[in-house]
Order: sequence, then C-alpha cells, then structure tokens
Amino acid sequence: MMQTIDMATTPLRDLNALLQSQAEGNNQIQFSIENPKGSHAVAVGLDAPIEVTVNGSTGYYLAGMNKQATVRVTGHTGPGVAENMMSGTVIIEGDASQYAGATGHGGLLVIKGNASSRCGISMKGIDIVVHGNIGHMSAFMAQKGNLVVLGDAGDALGDSLYEARLFVRGSVKSLGADCIEKEMRPEHIEILKDLLERSGADASPEQFKRYGSARKLYNFNIDHAGEY
Amino acid sequence: MEKTPNTVPRQSWTFSNEVNAEIRRAAATGIYDIRGGGAKRRVPHFDDLLFLGASMSRYPLEGYREKCETSVKLGTRFAKKPIELKIPITIAGMSFGALSGPAKEALGRGATLAGTSTTTGDGGMTPEERGHSEMLVYQYLPSRYGMNPDDLRRADAIEIVVGQGAKPGGGGMLLGQKITERVAGMRDLPVGIDQRSACRHPDWTGPDDLEIKILELREITGWEKPIYLKIGGARPYYDTALAVKAGADVVVLDGMQGGTAATQDVFIEHVGQPTLACIRPAVKALQDLGMHREVQLVVSGGIRNGADVAKALALGADAVSIGTAALVALGDNDPRWEEEYQKLGTTTGAYDDWHEGRDPAGITTQDPELAARLDPVKAGQRLRNYLSVMTLECQTIARACGKSHVHNLEPEDLCALTIEASAMAGVPLAGTNWIPGQGGF
Ligand SMILES: Cc1cc2nc3c(=O)[nH]c(=O)nc-3n(C[C@H](O)[C@H](O)[C@H](O)COP(=O)(O)O)c2cc1C
Repeated sequence: MMQTIDMATTPLRDLNALLQSQAEGNNQIQFSIENPKGSHAVAVGLDAPIEVTVNGSTGYYLAGMNKQATVRVTGHTGPGVAENMMSGTVIIEGDASQYAGATGHGGLLVIKGNASSRCGISMKGIDIVVHGNIGHMSAFMAQKGNLVVLGDAGDALGDSLYEARLFVRGSVKSLGADCIEKEMRPEHIEILKDLLERSGADASPEQFKRYGSARKLYNFNIDHAGEY
Repeated sequence: MEKTPNTVPRQSWTFSNEVNAEIRRAAATGIYDIRGGGAKRRVPHFDDLLFLGASMSRYPLEGYREKCETSVKLGTRFAKKPIELKIPITIAGMSFGALSGPAKEALGRGATLAGTSTTTGDGGMTPEERGHSEMLVYQYLPSRYGMNPDDLRRADAIEIVVGQGAKPGGGGMLLGQKITERVAGMRDLPVGIDQRSACRHPDWTGPDDLEIKILELREITGWEKPIYLKIGGARPYYDTALAVKAGADVVVLDGMQGGTAATQDVFIEHVGQPTLACIRPAVKALQDLGMHREVQLVVSGGIRNGADVAKALALGADAVSIGTAALVALGDNDPRWEEEYQKLGTTTGAYDDWHEGRDPAGITTQDPELAARLDPVKAGQRLRNYLSVMTLECQTIARACGKSHVHNLEPEDLCALTIEASAMAGVPLAGTNWIPGQGGF
C-alpha cells in the first residue's frame, strides 16, 4: 500500500520524522510525496528499505546521507542530491544541480537528465550514472567508486583524483591535474555493464573511455609542483 | 704602532642565522617547511592583560567559602539537547590520524572526568574516543573522511569546520608516514599517500548555502544536537555575524596561535589574527545581533592556564577550548624524552614535527610501538588534574573580582600592559583611562 504525504499541508520535520522512523520489516514500504515545490532536505537520513517517490522537483540535499532506501524524483533536483549517501538508490528523472553525489560512500545515484558542475566531488565509494552531460570540476578529489557519463564532461574532469574510476561516452572538454585516460580492461567492462543495466541506460560498455589517476601527486615531488 | 680597532662582526637583523638557515633548507629541498603546532612568534596575548581585583569599590568573594559557579550550557538556541559542561574549558578537535588511538582515548577519559566535552577531527570518529567521552562533539569537515549518519547521530554535538586559526583558508594535511591501514581505511584512501584535505566544503559555498546545510544536518539528527561553527581568526566580526545568520548554535573562534597537526610554517606564522584581537569583534557581532549568550562563543588559540581562561571569559567568551595544552598535559614535549628529541634534531619544547609520526611521547604518531608509550588511563588522569587546576585558577580570579559565576567577569575587570593589547582587547592601558581607537583618538 502506498502512503501519500502532501507537503502543502505536512511540515518538512514531520515528513522526515515519519520516513526516518520506518524500520526494516515494516509493512509500509511505499511512500509518495506531493507538492515538494523545491523544498530542501527532503527525505534525508533515511535508513530502511523503503521506496519513496517525490512527485515534482526538490531543492538542496534531497536524500542526503541515504541508507537502504530507494528515492525517486520525477522532476529536477537542486544542489547536493544524495550527498554522502551510504547505500540504497536515488533516481532523478530530470536534471540535477551542482555537487550531485558529493562525498557519497556507497549506493547508486542515477540522473536521467544532466548534472551540473562538481558531480561526484570527493566521492568515496558511491556509483553515479548520469544519462546526460556533467559540468566542470566533476569528480574533483574523487577517492573511490564509479562515475559513468553517457554524454559529455566539462572542464577539469577528475582533478586531483584518487582511486575513483571515471567512464565517459562522449567528449571530455579537459582533464584536471593528474587525471589521465586509461586502458579499458575486461574487469572495467564488467563493472560498466552492470552499472548501465542497473541504471536503465541504453548504451554498450565498449562505447566508453576510462579515466583515472596518474598517481603522480600522491607523494610530494618538487618536479610536479606546477601541476597543482 | 697603535692598532686600529676592528669593526665587530655584526649579524643582520633582517638576515638572521635562523632566516638564512631556512633559505638554505629551502634551496636544498625545494619544499616549504611543514610542521605542527601554532604560531611561535610573539604576538599580543592574554599575558598583556591584568585583572584589577577588588578593593574599596568592589567586594571580593571569600576564597574557599563562597560559591563561584563554572558551569556552561552550549547550544541553547535551537538544539533540543544542549551540552552541559561543568567547566568552561573543552577539548578541541584533533584528528585520529594526527593523534594515536590511545591519545584520543586519553583525551576522552580526561575530559569526562573533568565534566567536559572532547571533539573528533579530520578523519572521523573512533570507537576509542566515543567509548571514553561522555560528551563528544563530531566535526563535520570539508574532507568528510569517515563521515556517516550513524556517527553523526552518536555524537552529542556537531561542529562544522570552516577554518582553523593556524591556517584560516587552508585545508588539512596528513603525510604518507602517518597513513597506516587503519587511518587509510577510515578515510577511503590508499595507504602511504600524502593526504591533502580540501579547504572548502564540497557541497556548499557561503552563508546562504550553509543555512540549508545546517537545516539538513538538523533534519537528519531530529533537531537534537547543538550545531557549532568553527572559524579561524580572519574577519571575526563578519564571520561571527554570518555564522549567526546561517543558524549556528555556537561559534568556535580559533586565533592564530592555535595549534595544528601539520601545515606550512609560512601559513602558521603569517595568516590570521591573534586570539586576543579576535574576541571583542566577535562579541560585538553577537551583541549587535542581540545574540550574546544566546549563541555561545568558544574561544581557542594559545590558552594555557586559568588566567587565560578568565581573560577570555571576561572579554565575552562563554567557554574556551584547548589543543596544544591538552597534549602537553598528556605528555607531549616532556623533558623525559630529551635524548630522543636530540636524535630527531630538536629539543624538549621545540619538537613540532608532529606530521612525521615519530613522536617520542607516542601522541602524534601511528607507530604502534611509540603509541604504546602512552598509558591512556594515566594520561587521562593528568589531563583531568590539569583541567581542574585551570578551573580553580579561573575561579580564584573570578572571586577576587567579586563574581559568583565565571561568566560574570567583564572587560571592566581588566587593564592592559601595552598599547597594542589595549587596542585589541578594548580595555584601558594600565594606569590610564585610554583605549586606543576609542573616543576619537
Ligand atoms: C595535533 C592537532 C590536531 C588538530 N586537528 C584538528 C582537526 O582535525 N580539526 C580542527 O578543526 N582543528 C584541529 N586542530 C586545531 C584545534 O582544534 C584547535 O583549534 C587548536 O589546537 C587550539 O589552539 P591551541 O592548540 O593553542 O589550544 C588540531 C590541533 C592539533 C594540535
């Protein structure tokens, strides 16, 4: 059974308290949120395998720090969607603003439209699949996890990258410091295939290029100082 | 024949031996000097202020009989569960990674015995410190290492770090030597790399965004926990005003003498304002907004004894926080390790290569053998003793000024020994009623 919460009449605090109080094994698993009208911090801090559909568009930090839950937005979403997500799935049917999936530790973030700048900044294990394009400085200082882009990437992709893997199908305007194109090995094709499938993307892994860290900035070396 | 007197060899003040040594070091290595600790140069400080005490026009309280309260509540503005401290001194955020596990445990033990809080740092929360700290403040830093909603909820307060006094505008630094498997695991990074943490938060810029970030953190933690905002001493008036605007419960203000685990020496010595110069502008911002005592102010950077505590409170702070002094109480820079300091090319009191992880006292290290030198129970006891002494000293001064609570100390109880300190602290130069910059001259 689906429970509907109307944000026109329910305060944010009550909405989040209700969603946060759900525990594994509850009967109630489907929630529909109406009239989000760009509200910030909607469905944050969830920690149960529930399914939340937000009908409309949201502001900052939708599904921030999510664990276990599946959160879907039918419209667009503001900055910091799924920031620091630990597990679960967040799906945006429209576009996402800056810092999508920032510092995420796990789970899957799917953006069916485009993402803005700094997508996947400082990501720490999350998987992000963007069906459209991403903006500049994406995957800045990205540590772990996979960022998959079906469209194009903006300037300075993967600047000061650590161990995250970046897969881009379209063009890359420029690579950031210490980010290089790398060989696509069978294990990468496997990872990519799985992510494309799980995010409902219509693309084949062979069309992508892989980018990663040259690891030249890992320990200070005077001859590389100019690259920072 | 008479000998004409020689000119005496004269060293340059501008190009002193110390300056030249640094030029040679830079020329040889090609990298700036990195070290721990705070500013080592002399800047106007609490030592340049004196309390007037009571006499004919003010009545003192009886030293050992009349009560002088020291308790502080932090986070009364919005949080459902404010932090209640027995003493106005907290332990500042110092990261696991910079400090060993036993050192974090000792800080927790000492703080808990003294009835105060301790703070995590860049690198996340460890079970050692959570387990041994009755009140634990969880730092929310740009790096977000180890950041997760469970630890956030396990914390008693949340401290959003915008800056540190040692390096306002700089990020963290932990060099490869200290990135062991455990530290790397908590930070999701490879072992042994130099780890530079970002100086700006990844998902907000500016006070308008921060207001929404604070909303998110409160929504995730049910509006229970006080939210502190930590700033380095840069532009204290505006930074404090903007912190209040963004919705902080507590402002933590760290002046340039404040310690750090590691950063460039040039940053430590040349960026930021002295602690003394930061307090009055911050208090003024709170007063202008009608928020003094509503949003609490915690001051840090070079706090060493009960007199420093009393002076910070008299200038309008609600509490102080200590980093370096707490480490010294645990056993940092202790003369018993002099032989080993010598081997490292330094000496007791001057040891500041905390980033190298070879600390003879076993505090700023991840080497298990060195870390085992610190007994967390005994070190915790020393910290407790030291915190008690500071509190007693602060009470002694407050009673002498006739105050039944240390918060009743006020600028009127103070005078300054130097014109600089007088201008910065906004209290008259001793023996005069002159405060430079006030009253038109
Ligand atoms: C070893 C060490 C590690 C520190 N780590 C952090 C940190 O992780 N986060 C932070 O905000 N400040 C950190 N600081 C700064 C302290 O929180 C505090 O601002 C400073 O130590 C106060 O000045 P004091 O050392 O003169 O008492 C650290 C300081 C030291 C000495």
